Formats: sequence, structure tokens, C-alpha cells
Amino acid sequence: MHELPQNLANGLMLGLMYGLIAIGYTMVYGIVQLINFAHGEIFMIGGFGALTAFAALPHGTSLWLALPVMILGGVIASVLTATAAERFAYRPLRGAPRLAPLITAIGLSIALQQVVWAFYPGAKKAITFPQFQGDTVDLGLFNLQRNDLFLLAAAPLCMLILASFVRFTRTGRAMQATAQDPDTAKLMGINTDRIIVIAFALGAAFAAIAAVAHGLRYGQVDFMMGFIAGLKAFTAAVLGGIGNIYGAMLGGLVLGIAESLATAYIQNVPGMHQLGGGAWANVWAFVLLIVVLLVRPQGLLGERVADRA
Amino acid sequence: MTALLEVEDLRVAYGKIEAVKGISFTVEQGEVTTLIGTNGAGKTTTLRALSGLLRPTAGKILFEGSAIDTVPAHKIVALGLAHSPEGRHIFPRMTIEENLLLGAFLRRDQAGIAQDVERACTLFPILAERRKQAAGTLSGGEQQMLAMGRALMSRPKLLMLDEPSMGLSPLMMQKIMATIVELRASGTTILLVEQNAQAALSLSERAYVMTTGEITLSGTGAELLRDDTVRRAYLGED
Ligand SMILES: Nc1ncnc2c1ncn2[C@@H]1O[C@H](COP(=O)(O)OP(=O)(O)O)[C@@H](O)[C@H]1O
Ligand SMILES: [Mg+2]
Repeated sequence: MHELPQNLANGLMLGLMYGLIAIGYTMVYGIVQLINFAHGEIFMIGGFGALTAFAALPHGTSLWLALPVMILGGVIASVLTATAAERFAYRPLRGAPRLAPLITAIGLSIALQQVVWAFYPGAKKAITFPQFQGDTVDLGLFNLQRNDLFLLAAAPLCMLILASFVRFTRTGRAMQATAQDPDTAKLMGINTDRIIVIAFALGAAFAAIAAVAHGLRYGQVDFMMGFIAGLKAFTAAVLGGIGNIYGAMLGGLVLGIAESLATAYIQNVPGMHQLGGGAWANVWAFVLLIVVLLVRPQGLLGERVADRA
Repeated sequence: MTALLEVEDLRVAYGKIEAVKGISFTVEQGEVTTLIGTNGAGKTTTLRALSGLLRPTAGKILFEGSAIDTVPAHKIVALGLAHSPEGRHIFPRMTIEENLLLGAFLRRDQAGIAQDVERACTLFPILAERRKQAAGTLSGGEQQMLAMGRALMSRPKLLMLDEPSMGLSPLMMQKIMATIVELRASGTTILLVEQNAQAALSLSERAYVMTTGEITLSGTGAELLRDDTVRRAYLGED
């Protein structure tokens, strides 16, 4: 019986998903200091985009062949939603008091849920998402669900691509400069409006890939799926140090593993037998956030605000 | 013959508060022009309007004869106007070399860029020594050199320096002023904003005094150095 490795593996999978979504929160925050609370819905819309792409393929297309098309469909849906939100909801509020874009983001989040609920055929209930059939994969110490293999490959690949993009491309350097000092970035000739759009678009693309992973893992999508996933990913971004892309992934992993371990083991602690199990997972995730922020307000990899001045 | 930069009746406001109240001045090709004035006079606001970071509420800005007051900030560098902002504003978490390269962000001539990095390192040897170090670790004076070097990386026709001597030791300040003279000798036109009037006026061909958003006095650097009001207000004499 390899109970601990199995719980760690479950946590790892959850964490990779949180981390992928968290990157979108952290990149946008890093550049415009906005918490895009509609990011959870951008993730959800990626799931529906992927599903729509799958439905458009000829009946009986193998999932292996369909997967790239589904990713593309999800990415297009998410990126269009995110860039439209930036252009029409957030950009007009740049320079307004910070509460204004925050309230807009919350309103947008609810509006996007309702639009999908009202207009996507069948979305008033959860809709079945295609899954790979077959046994779990036995890796000796633990098993992996076959559908999680996608996430296991996609998340590290996405991180690698993002890290290389930020570090080695001209646009990536412009993005770093904009995050550090937007006005001075303009003085260098950087079109910061374009950089902001790119940050939204990249975050949305990663959220869409996470949504495909989510659909494969749970076998369904629904219009509310962005709410808890978004909240967890936001927690991961803050935990890791908001603004830091590596922090987002680290925060996701810490959160996913902590959640998985808490769900499995808290009930064994004397006097806490009612507090274990899945029902309490969300509570432990937020308890972890509070504890980390008490000890390290800037998050795990974040810098103290004073350093940024 | 038109001036390199002509500013006519420029007005800039923060909300309802007007910080620059209709100023006019010119910067001639090849000269050092200085704007002096006490804290809060509107010097920084003026430079930020020239580089497009702020939009004027009225007035004209002509650079090489064409109006630039509606050109977005990120396109102004490309026209040949570089701005080294007050407080230096280097990118602290990037290396010195990366900072310099960002100054050449719009250029594509790799060979020319490499050559200009070397030139900046010759002008300011301290930058060469610390090339791969994070810019945030530099001292104030070194950061100022980096900010100037970075602004030069776009090969500007007009270099605007906002208080380059602020917070520097006298020795560092001398070094910065010497560099300005050196740059002018190599043909760079400079618009200098300074509170340190003595040093600035003595090396400028043309100078303007700003007081609460208006230009109250102008002349050659030497004339203003001899002016009684300037001596009293800015050179601490009585
Ligand atoms: N961001 C701002 N918002 C509102 N008022 C400002 C801002 N920046 C400067 N001011 C005001 O504009 C005036 C001119 O400031 P500034 O251009 O910085 O002067 P200087 O550079 O000559 O010291 C001052 O009264 C200052 O308080
Ligand atoms: Mg100033």
C-alpha cells in the first residue's frame, strides 16, 4: 500500500492545474496591478471552446487526433474573451481608482457565467467532456489517471515556453520592463498597451490548456467550473508571490499538495476526525493561504513591495 | 532656420490643477539648453509632456518642425527624442547591460547597438565593470550614469536630462557635468533640467527660469549667472 506517494501524486496533479491558471492572474497583476477576477471564467470559456471544437469534428474522431483541435478551440475562445475584456472593460478604467476595475472584474465574472449558462446549448447542466478510455497508469509507487497524462506533459511544457519567452525574446524583455516601470518602458519605445494585451492573451491561453486538462480529468464542463478553480488559482498566485510567474506554479503545487494531504490525513489528528475528507479541502486551502501570508506577506517567491519602488 | 525643438504656449494640467501655464521656449541644434527653477515649478511636467508621457491641454510642441504633441510616448523615441527621467528610473531587476539594450529597443542594427554599448561603457567605465550585475545594486550616481547611457542608446537628436545631479556627491556631480560637456562636443543637443543652477548655467548656451508654471526669465547661461534675481533665488547669494 503506497498511500502517501499516491496522495502526493494527486496533489501534484491538482497543483499543476492551479499553477497553470495562476499564471494568468500573476502576469496581469505584474503588469497592470489588476486582479482579474474574471480569469476563472476565461478558464471556463476555454473548456467550452474546446468542447465546441470537439463537437465540430466528424463523429468518431479519435481523441488523440481531436486533442490539438480542442486545445486550439479552447485557446481561441479564452484569448478572444480575455483580450475583449481588456480592451472594452479594463482599458477604459486605467488610471481610475483601483476599486473601479476590481468591481468591473467581479461583475464581468458573473456576466460571463450567465452568458454561457443562458446561450450555450445544454449549459444549464454540466456537459460531458470527452475522456481517454483505459486503465490508470501504474508507475510503481502510485497510479496516474490516464487523462492526467495530458496535464503532466502540458504544464511543464507551458512553463518552459513561458520562461524562455520572457527571458529570451524582445517582447518578453519588453514585458519585464513594463512590469518594473511602465512609464520608463514607454520612454524606451515600448508600446505598453500591446504588452498588456499580450499578458492577458498568454494568461488566457494557459487557462484554456488548464481547462482542457480539467475537462479530461473530470469528464465534464459546466458554467460554474471557473469559480472554485479560479479562487484556488488566485490563492496559488498570492501564495507564490503575485507578479512572479515561477511563484504562481510553485504556489499551485504547494496548494495542490497541501490540499491533497489535508484531505487524506487531517482526520487522523486527534480531535479533528470530522475535519478530513473532500468537503474540507477548500477550507484547508484558504487556511494555508492565511498562514503563509502571516509569515511571509509577499508570498513564497514575492519581493517586498519596498524593493519595487 | 528652425530650432530643433520649439515649444509654444504649452499648458499641462493634472486634473484641474494647471502645472505648466503657457510656456514658450526653443532648443537649438548642438546647444545645451537649461531649464532651472525651484521644486514644483513645473520642469518635470514640461519634460514629461515633451516625451509624450503627459498630454498637453493646449499649445504646440514642434520637433524638427513637426508637431509631436499627439504622438504616443512610445513613438517619440523613434523620432530622436530621448528622456532620462527624474529619479533615474533604471530597471532595477535587470542587469546593466539589459538596461542599456532596452535603450536601443527600437533599433535593429545589432552591430551598431553593440558598438554603442561599448561607447556607453567607455563614457562610464563603472558600467563596464558591473555589466552583468542587477542595476538595482548600483549607487545613486552610478544609476544616473546608467540612465544617461541608456538614453544615449537610442542615438537621440535631443537628449533630455531631468535633474541628473540630484542626490549625488559633489564628485559624482562634477563627473556628470563633464559628461554633458563631452556629449555636446560630440554633437548631441541637450535639454537639461536642474536645481543646481550654478553648474548648469555655466555650461549652457541658453537658459530659462521657471517659476510656478511660467517662464519668468531667459537668456544665455552667462547672462543668467550674472542676473541678480537668479543669484538670489538659485545661487543662494544675497
Ligand atoms: N502626478 C501629479 N499629480 C498632481 N500634481 C502633480 C503631479 N506631479 C506634479 N504635480 C504638481 O505639479 C507641479 C509641478 O511639478 P513638477 O513638474 O514635478 O515640478 P519640478 O519638476 O519643477 O519640481 C507641482 O505643484 C506638483 O505638486
Ligand atoms: Mg522635477
